[in-house]
Amino acid sequence: MKRKHKRLLFVVVGMAALGIAAGLIVSAFDENLVFFFSPTELQGKALNPDQRIRIGGLVEEGSLAKETDGVTFRFRVTDLTTAQTVNYKGLLPDLFREGQGVVAEGKMRTDGVFEAEEVLAKHDENYMPREVADALKKSGQWKGQIEAGQ
Amino acid sequence: MTPTPDEAATKAAPRRARGLHAFANPARFMRLARAIFPFSAVIAATTLIAGVVLGLAVAPPDYQQGDAYRIIFVHVPAASLAMIIYVILALAGAAALIWKHPLADLIGRASAPVGASFTFINLLTGSLWGQPMWGTWWVWDTRLTSMLILFFVYLGYIALHSAFEDPTKGARAAAILALVGVVNLPIIHFSVDWWNTLHQPATIMKLDRPSIDPSMMAPLFLMFVGFIAYYVLMLTIRVRSDIIARRIRNLRLAQSAN
Repeated sequence: MKRKHKRLLFVVVGMAALGIAAGLIVSAFDENLVFFFSPTELQGKALNPDQRIRIGGLVEEGSLAKETDGVTFRFRVTDLTTAQTVNYKGLLPDLFREGQGVVAEGKMRTDGVFEAEEVLAKHDENYMPREVADALKKSGQWKGQIEAGQ
Repeated sequence: MTPTPDEAATKAAPRRARGLHAFANPARFMRLARAIFPFSAVIAATTLIAGVVLGLAVAPPDYQQGDAYRIIFVHVPAASLAMIIYVILALAGAAALIWKHPLADLIGRASAPVGASFTFINLLTGSLWGQPMWGTWWVWDTRLTSMLILFFVYLGYIALHSAFEDPTKGARAAAILALVGVVNLPIIHFSVDWWNTLHQPATIMKLDRPSIDPSMMAPLFLMFVGFIAYYVLMLTIRVRSDIIARRIRNLRLAQSAN
């Protein structure tokens, strides 16, 4: 075997080993690499009331309500199977709206309401002009943001 | 000691070039680079100007984000280039380690700062967009974190290359790092599918039809071509100046020896 071939073999075997190692690490960390949980995933979890977690999904249509103080919001985050009531005091980001993806970080209260300390809007991958969006909605081909709550 | 590019060039010159190995010859590369240079400069200038004009003035505002989405015309091509250049860096690293191509290391060294810059531009534009749209400058989700790691790997490559007194040792260490860093590329690309992330899934690089309107796709494509041409331009300039710098150094050494 020529030295050149030995080096080639070494690099190929090294890369394969590295790939397998990375694959194992990534799959072992699977749960910890998740940025947020869906409301359904949260249901089966035993949560410590002091544990900070993130919950993600769609803001349920018609669920957004503002308290009388004007800065506290209450809405429901849904993954289209389960919905979770979220309470949040603060400013909502630009893209926050009903039917859109959202990620809230905070703690689960003992009464089952999620007390959010931070609310982030999750954007979807669709880019189009307003007229196209309107035309799609009119023709019934609108897919909505169902993917966002996965 | 490995021969300098010039020694290799003079040694290889009488032999007939075979296939791709022809371009591993620095003298031949110099001629090729001189020929490519004006083309890449013209393509980069025209596509970038057209892309910016179309992207900022002609493309319609997005139905959700209004005008803020226009950062995509820099953000997405920068991400593509950051990853494409990394593939070239790794291939150059492999070629330098296995076949000891005299040009491979030069290409890797010339590419790394360009790739690092594109990665930085990608992170910066994403952060500027994230603040108004998501409501945060930065989150530690897998897409953003893996892209930051890519930036650090680029910086590590640049640092390792000049960390040794013997430049061939530095080149070897950097090439090995470039190969190890390849595992990060699929993680960057598939992070948005494998895990829940704040970052949205792919718009263009997916099996389905791109979910972007053609009026917005056109400037994006122009910017992508422009970024590629800009990279080729930088590569030819940097490799040529590197070869010339080595020639000058060799001449000086020869002079002082006399």
